[in-house]
Amino acid sequence: MSKVITVTGRAVPVRGDDIDTDRIIPARYLKEITFTKMGDYPFFDERFAADGSQKPHPFNEARFQGAQVLLGNVNFGCGSSREHAPQALVRWGNPAQPGIKAIIAESFAEIFAGNCVMLGVPALVASKADVASLQALAEKAPATEFIVDLAAMEVRAGGLSVKVTLPESRRKALTEGTWDSTGLLAANADKVAANAKKLAYMNGYQ
Amino acid sequence: MAKGTLYNKVWDAHAVAQLPTGQHQLFIGLHLIHEVTSPQAFDMLRERGGKVAYPARTFATMDHIVPTTSQARPFADAQAESMMQAIERNTAEFGVNFFNFATGKQGVVHIIGPELGLTQPGMTIACGDSHTSTHGAFGTLSFGIGTSQVRDVLATQCLAMDAMKVRRVEINGQLKPGVTPKDVTLYVINKLGVKGGIGYAYEYAGSVFDGMSMEGRMTVCNMAIEGGARAGYVNPDETTFAYLKGREHAPKGAAWDKAVAVWKGFASDKDAVYDDLVTYNAADIEPMVTWGVTPAQSVAVGGSLPDPAATPDAGERGSLETAYKYMKLKPGQRMTDVKVDVAFIGSCTNGRIEDLRAAAAVAKGRQVSKSVKAFVVPGSMQVKVQAEKEGLHEVFKAAGFEWREAGCSMCLAMNPDQLVGDQVSASSSNRNFMGRQGSSTGRTLLMSPAMVVAAAVTGHVADVRTLA
Repeated sequence: MSKVITVTGRAVPVRGDDIDTDRIIPARYLKEITFTKMGDYPFFDERFAADGSQKPHPFNEARFQGAQVLLGNVNFGCGSSREHAPQALVRWGNPAQPGIKAIIAESFAEIFAGNCVMLGVPALVASKADVASLQALAEKAPATEFIVDLAAMEVRAGGLSVKVTLPESRRKALTEGTWDSTGLLAANADKVAANAKKLAYMNGYQ
Repeated sequence: MAKGTLYNKVWDAHAVAQLPTGQHQLFIGLHLIHEVTSPQAFDMLRERGGKVAYPARTFATMDHIVPTTSQARPFADAQAESMMQAIERNTAEFGVNFFNFATGKQGVVHIIGPELGLTQPGMTIACGDSHTSTHGAFGTLSFGIGTSQVRDVLATQCLAMDAMKVRRVEINGQLKPGVTPKDVTLYVINKLGVKGGIGYAYEYAGSVFDGMSMEGRMTVCNMAIEGGARAGYVNPDETTFAYLKGREHAPKGAAWDKAVAVWKGFASDKDAVYDDLVTYNAADIEPMVTWGVTPAQSVAVGGSLPDPAATPDAGERGSLETAYKYMKLKPGQRMTDVKVDVAFIGSCTNGRIEDLRAAAAVAKGRQVSKSVKAFVVPGSMQVKVQAEKEGLHEVFKAAGFEWREAGCSMCLAMNPDQLVGDQVSASSSNRNFMGRQGSSTGRTLLMSPAMVVAAAVTGHVADVRTLA
């Protein structure tokens, strides 16, 4: 599993508080039994009208194509637990386009942030003022390279340097390459069995 | 740091080890799965050559995509049919319990867990669905997870978790007549906001919850996540035990008595320490209705809509403006003037027998307005059978409601039940997000089942207490 220590790339601002996962990917696309095509759908109903014509949205703008860092605001990813939402962001675009590899916001919904880690995507929190500065920079100079640095816990871009936070356990999981937790959990199978034996319901309350 | 709470006790009983990352490995007592968020997890398991570690602890059903007009196979929607076949294949291949139509026990996953007695106090419960918080009504630690975490539970029966904080949400006093658990939960979300619960488990306590039925507690805990709290719970008590007694998977005989003793031990200590405490007065709560695009954007039914200009925070003001634009409503407007096109009763929030009884009591002897399409979707096959035994379906049909088969239906519209264009729906479900009910311009007003009936019969938002 790869270590995620830095993410370097251009940034796309997606403004607004409480952007829920239904907005990130409408439920009708959850009828597919694999995640393969999710990259076709991020923010679909915000990007396209019913007749297929484009609506104004940063994900539709030429200058933000290929961005790898998403800049959000408050409570990003709230609502449904659907992992399809981060999957859609990670897989956004065509094969030549890398997809979103890091998200910086004022705050995240808990399930969404957890899903991001499971995909090796840091969901980092920055202050309101710093997020505003980063969003303004990305809009003014979209070619700017953003460096998301999990060792220094900061984001550097175009002369700006802002502090970001992430629970230490998640930072460790990402930087040490153990964010895919199945292996870690499976290694403790004996302890799991021992713990299960102590639980009354596992023994039929005998 | 919270101490001596139910959360602490359940967590400690299930904490297997600390992982090298510092996260905790938590044993999951009950794993519920459904057709939408599990097929990719089984695929991942297959790719890794794994098997399900504790197949007896995982229970599957299908709810999100099933049509509610007919459960006949194959489904008309090829994608839905393929999703059905995937869960049939996966549960058979991996030896997982499966409540399909033939068992007579299919239904919305958060309705069938409790009704089958699978949900028991002191358990950890996970499901690839954010409304897993529902099960906290029984004094469990229950929360939604993503699909990669479903893979983890299938492969190891465990999750890698960070500890939560605990906020006690205490409501004392007497609820006014006509005020339901749905109103209580909408009121709390309105007060604490949709992000207020991030990082917290909510302990709902006080005389209002002490006196609430299990169905009501489930409605409240169901929407903990809408306030940002991944988990919510009520301490187990005699109401909890009375609900569970005799249910299919509940312990029987001598084991029952032992179980009750174990369950009582999980309740928060009298001197428990909380990270935060908020208290509200029951008498302040009115029947609530949402007007915006988050579950916190709500008002008392008699109220008028807030003025964004009075909101100091630019982000919140932006959210209000987004909501007004999308909902085509105006500040100062009275909610009771808002017309509705569709009335939906059902979902994991309000699709239980008690909800249908409350709705039928209002529907009895009244007629759905000609301009409204109204339908009732029981939360499970067993809820449907019970409702029909009580004749509730006849009450609904006589009033002009359609009577459907069990499923998630128009709560998230992953099935044929969807809004069209910018229709306004009075809905007993949990989310009023933009596009949530199947049309990218559809508008949702959340309210209690009784209030949905009031809207259906008047053709507009109405206070159920003043219905003619």
